[in-house]
Amino acid sequence: MLTIEGLTKTYKTGDKALKNVSVSVPSGQVVGLIGPSGAGKSTLIRCINRLVEPTSGAVKMGDSDITRLSRSELRRARRRIGMIFQEYALVERLTVMENVLSGRLGYVPFWRSFTRRFPQESVDKAFALLERVGLGDHADKRADALSGGQRQRVGIARALEQDPELLLVDEPTASLDPKTSRQIMRLILEICRERGLPAIINIHDVVLAQDFTQRILGLRAGELVFDGAPDALDEAALTRIYGEEDWTAMRRRSGDEEPEHHSEREMVERLEGLA
Amino acid sequence: MTTTTPRVWRRPPILIQDKRWRIAIYGGLVLYLIAAMASIEVDWVRVYTGLERGWRFVQGFLQPDFTSRWSDISQGLVESLTMTVTSTVVGVIISIPIGIGAARNLAPLPVYAVCRAIIALSRALQEIIIAILFVAMFGFGPFAGFLTLSFATIGFLAKLLAEDIEDIDARQVEAVRATGASWWQLVNYGVQPQVMPRLIGLSLYRLDINFRESAVIGIVGAGGIGATLNTAIDRYEFDSAGAILLIIIAIVMVAEYGSSTVRKWVQ
Repeated sequence: MLTIEGLTKTYKTGDKALKNVSVSVPSGQVVGLIGPSGAGKSTLIRCINRLVEPTSGAVKMGDSDITRLSRSELRRARRRIGMIFQEYALVERLTVMENVLSGRLGYVPFWRSFTRRFPQESVDKAFALLERVGLGDHADKRADALSGGQRQRVGIARALEQDPELLLVDEPTASLDPKTSRQIMRLILEICRERGLPAIINIHDVVLAQDFTQRILGLRAGELVFDGAPDALDEAALTRIYGEEDWTAMRRRSGDEEPEHHSEREMVERLEGLA
Repeated sequence: MTTTTPRVWRRPPILIQDKRWRIAIYGGLVLYLIAAMASIEVDWVRVYTGLERGWRFVQGFLQPDFTSRWSDISQGLVESLTMTVTSTVVGVIISIPIGIGAARNLAPLPVYAVCRAIIALSRALQEIIIAILFVAMFGFGPFAGFLTLSFATIGFLAKLLAEDIEDIDARQVEAVRATGASWWQLVNYGVQPQVMPRLIGLSLYRLDINFRESAVIGIVGAGGIGATLNTAIDRYEFDSAGAILLIIIAIVMVAEYGSSTVRKWVQ
């Protein structure tokens, strides 16, 4: 369970990126975070693992408040929070395996990571994850030799190698084609379901967000202006988040694909029922 | 059809907007250049007599004598090569921590300031000046040369390494930091893979430079092939000097070709 209370971030330049944002995410829930560029989506998920230091407010995972942790405690907290990035952010000159194993850096001493002698169970886990994301044969390739979709799969495996209790996902499909985007979103969703893993997915594409997430948060100019089910995101809500625009074209397009969406969401809901 | 006057277009001046200032500044520069050229005094008679000495030098080149001073030459060469390799290795090893410390995105401000000061000091002092200082401190010979080249390597390599570190892709570093990595792990996983090819390339390049510099600083007494060359010229043995210069040119070309091949390979 992740609880964010009164989170505020004011940058040195005086820009208020987040204004008193409060929200809680129960375990197993996949949340889509939408909003216009510059609304503070990136800042919000980076405040959770303190890649960006929040100005005030609390971020609670379980009992501990992440904003109050010391440096070494923060490193421990970070290793429980997996992060998937826009444009993958793999270390390009390292191999796929080294990238996946870098998910264990918070768990191993420096000499083990420096000599690449990770514990056997970490290596086993990494191989299993590469199989899971469909890259079993690519372990020793350099990360920059892979295609965009493959790289994002490595990014997903790296985040999972951490044994996370929460996934933060920043624009996972920003530089992928529509088909690969859907595949990547589906993969992330499947994995979250398999592990009962909560996730916050920061995403530009409203249709993708509606299709794949169970709850949508709308951010505008640092304020939370929408919090509800994907179905409740009507034209009024979109206007509240993004401003005036004729939304009918987008609504119609998402309507065209209705059959596929329905089955997708129904499956999510069915599986939730099982859990 | 009505004729209209065509609209004239001129590219707007880039550096100096005001036309009067433009004429004054450019005109002033040209006048200074002419005055400066005129002030150089050339003694044509001296040039004429010097031509003969120059010609003897060229003849020495055309008939290089490798044999009569070979033991001096080979000793100088070995000294120079030893000096080059050891000073490059020591210089690179010292430059790495200083370079990391001088990268603003990795080091805290006080460390950054100290490392940048070391780099500035090393770069401000030209090799010859340091060589003269070290020869005065440690006497003639290759040890002074070794220290000189190590010191010069630090300024060169640490500065370029720091700049390369400051230019790395921050997203890759952020991703490694997000896993809970410590500072050392962050450098090892997020930074090192990004700067390693350039570090290797720069080190090999510096090896080149150090060999060439070893010939120069030998002239002020810091040992090596430069000292041998200096002695040969002092004795008017231009055939031996020619041989030495040819050997230096050959080694520099081999080093140049070798290092560029290795650099391509590590990319």
